[in-house]
Amino acid sequence: MTTEEVEAPPAPEKKPDSFVTLFLRNLWSANTVTVTILSIFLALVIGAVLIVVSDSEVLSQFGYFTSRPGDALNSSWALISHAYADLFKGAIFDPASVQAWINGTGTWQAAFNPISETLTYAAPLVFTGLSVAIAFRGGLFNIGGQGQSIIGAICGGVAGFAISLPVGLHLIVAIVAGAVGGALWGFLPGFLKARTGAHEVITTIMLNYVALLFLSWLILQSGIQDPNRTDAISKTIGHNAQLPALPAPLRVHLGIVLAVLATAGVAWIINRSSFGFELRAVGVNPPAAKTAGMSVAKTYTLLMVVAGALAGLGGATQVLGTADRLTAQVAGQIGFNGLLVALLGRNRPWGTLFAAILYGALSAGGNLMQVDVGVSLELVTVLQALIVIFIAAPALVKAIFQLRAARSARLGASMAKGW
Amino acid sequence: MIHVSTATAEDLTEVSAPERFWNRPRRLGAGVVIIGLLAICLFGPLASSKTARFTLSEDSGGAALSINGDVGAYLFGAITVVLGVLMLAGVAKRWHTAFLVIGIVTFVFSFLCWQVAGNFLPVVSIADGTFDFALPLILGALAGVLGERSGVVNVAIEGQFLMGAFAAALVGTLATSVWAGLIGAVLGGVLIAALLAVLAIRFLVDQVVVGIVLNLLALGITGFLYERLMQPDSAKYNQPPHMPTWSIPGLSNIPVIGPVLFRATLLLWIALILVFVIHFALRRTRWGLRTRAVGEHPTAADTVGVRVRGLRYTNVLIGGAIAGAGGAYFTLMATSAFNKNMTGGAGFIALAALIFGRWTPFGALGAALFFGFTQQLAYYLSAGVGSSVPNQFLNMLPYLATIVAVAGLVGRVRAPAADGVPYTKS
Repeated sequence: MTTEEVEAPPAPEKKPDSFVTLFLRNLWSANTVTVTILSIFLALVIGAVLIVVSDSEVLSQFGYFTSRPGDALNSSWALISHAYADLFKGAIFDPASVQAWINGTGTWQAAFNPISETLTYAAPLVFTGLSVAIAFRGGLFNIGGQGQSIIGAICGGVAGFAISLPVGLHLIVAIVAGAVGGALWGFLPGFLKARTGAHEVITTIMLNYVALLFLSWLILQSGIQDPNRTDAISKTIGHNAQLPALPAPLRVHLGIVLAVLATAGVAWIINRSSFGFELRAVGVNPPAAKTAGMSVAKTYTLLMVVAGALAGLGGATQVLGTADRLTAQVAGQIGFNGLLVALLGRNRPWGTLFAAILYGALSAGGNLMQVDVGVSLELVTVLQALIVIFIAAPALVKAIFQLRAARSARLGASMAKGW
Repeated sequence: MIHVSTATAEDLTEVSAPERFWNRPRRLGAGVVIIGLLAICLFGPLASSKTARFTLSEDSGGAALSINGDVGAYLFGAITVVLGVLMLAGVAKRWHTAFLVIGIVTFVFSFLCWQVAGNFLPVVSIADGTFDFALPLILGALAGVLGERSGVVNVAIEGQFLMGAFAAALVGTLATSVWAGLIGAVLGGVLIAALLAVLAIRFLVDQVVVGIVLNLLALGITGFLYERLMQPDSAKYNQPPHMPTWSIPGLSNIPVIGPVLFRATLLLWIALILVFVIHFALRRTRWGLRTRAVGEHPTAADTVGVRVRGLRYTNVLIGGAIAGAGGAYFTLMATSAFNKNMTGGAGFIALAALIFGRWTPFGALGAALFFGFTQQLAYYLSAGVGSSVPNQFLNMLPYLATIVAVAGLVGRVRAPAADGVPYTKS
């Protein structure tokens, strides 16, 4: 997936087709957009099957399916549509609360809450997704986003409560500390890869665990642990170091703005800077890049530093924006989800941004689905994983839907390589 | 002396120079000297002069080896240094591997003398716990050996563990039979392996990517079904029977080895027998030769008529069965119920054991035992002795050891040449 994927250009036709036929033909070819949408659709279908299979009430109605098929089908449909409607209401907007706002019975906060939740979940994922994406473009598979964001969260968090600085400056210092921490944790595998050829997949997986264990030790130490608490939780971040957020019930904070800026920055690095040119060259063909006079080792190291810094920013965003304290779960799964986000965004910066927002929407909607219908939040994990499986196996989607091959979309190309 | 490089552009990482002074034994020797000095300078002064007892039983009683804590720490540290110096000096070259192993063991003894001083360490229960922790790692790493020797990277061991653990709990409870549970676990592992195989071999998806995603898929599906089925009605779905411990008459009375190896569960014996069987089969059978050929040079193997993809399917599926059985450990042995994400990254340690053990069955066994030992030690030192070293740092040991191993400091590890490369007929 390191190669540039180009949208299928309009095929040069022998006899001129009307715009509509051309459009329809391209629509049903295996281009990036169609495959992405069909992947999401397939994942939702499998998710629906899981919802039904795991509901004992509906399942018992399938017991007498042959005599009264209507019962089973109706209640299945009701269950699925209710669950997915909640997914939408929790993620985008709830018509009821918007209606209430217009009528004056509800608040504008309630109307915007779903979007706010989506963007809150999306913000750290943008950073970790970008971290994986930029490393991918240079031919490195950064599974260490989790560890890097944990170290980023530690550094950002400690800078947030251990020192006190004026408004503005404190926040900047805390964010920079997070980026530096992540960069350090990214430097290690990059350096090892460059110097000894140690495979970054292994070293970063291992460093994830080391970071998690270090965090679980650190938050029990005096000076870090909240003196009023006996459980593993740190002091609260100073007010000056917290990312500014919208008024109270809404949680969305400045992090999403920073995430968009970071996306633009990464897009510039990859496409416009000389380092970006080098990393793409190294990603496509290291020996050729070396022959052309680039230092592969230096590129690998610097690339992992940049990737680590991005993931560290994700961890810092999480602790400075939403969590406010360090706990063992402060980074949640943002590193691993960043991996999926990058794959879904096909390793391009803006694609990653949209993929992160989609994942944020799934997480936000999943919460409502769990509360309202009682469908476990784990379904969202399944959906997220399934979407990426289908995205990563376009040949499978192509076979299922009998898509015609797109002219130049390099969907099948993967970065397959060994250890 | 000028070394004329004949390296082509493909040799990126190493350009071999003839016999440098700091060759591998010397670097290792220097490493051993450094850890020995660390033992003398750190463990020695910190150790108290109280007696450290290593009892040959499961508790504080019975026969024991005793030594003063500080004496032991200094003594074993000194032995480590001597061994390192021998390696540095380059004497008795054929014994270097033995020196290295003994050096590391004496270093561990020095550390133990410091930690255990004024207390006791029950050798049998430590060994028992080591095998206990190592059991799933052995099975998981063997699954990896099968897949990767034939050229399919298996990062989905964690997912196979989880699915195996889940299926073992579910089937075991429904059938109220531990053996039905074990079969369920095998099928659960095969399910994930089949997805891995189809996506990686048929649809040519990047194998590391598909492995990582399958782990998440298994995590999601088992977690989802756990919350929807098992949590509301655990008596019906989540109370699997416990795997019985059998002892072999006669053999189980042998001191130390008996209680550890011959008073155990069937799963442990299966794991140990599989290590021997796979080792033998890889080296001596037609299947083994073909597997190695497919993993190193699939095109050549295809040319002489080996069905590359078919063999890869077979191996990945057998691997899935073995890893699934490893998953049964979590619900049928270690605990008595399934829980969300209960494997907690054991699959990744199994992956590390596979690489640490250089893609060989016995290497994997050794690495799994080493990781099991550090886990058991961390557990005992924090719970039993109240060690001054935080157990989080002891728990880091397997991960740090793996980083050291893949960084080539303990010797180069080399994966099968075609590992992770999908095979397409051109």
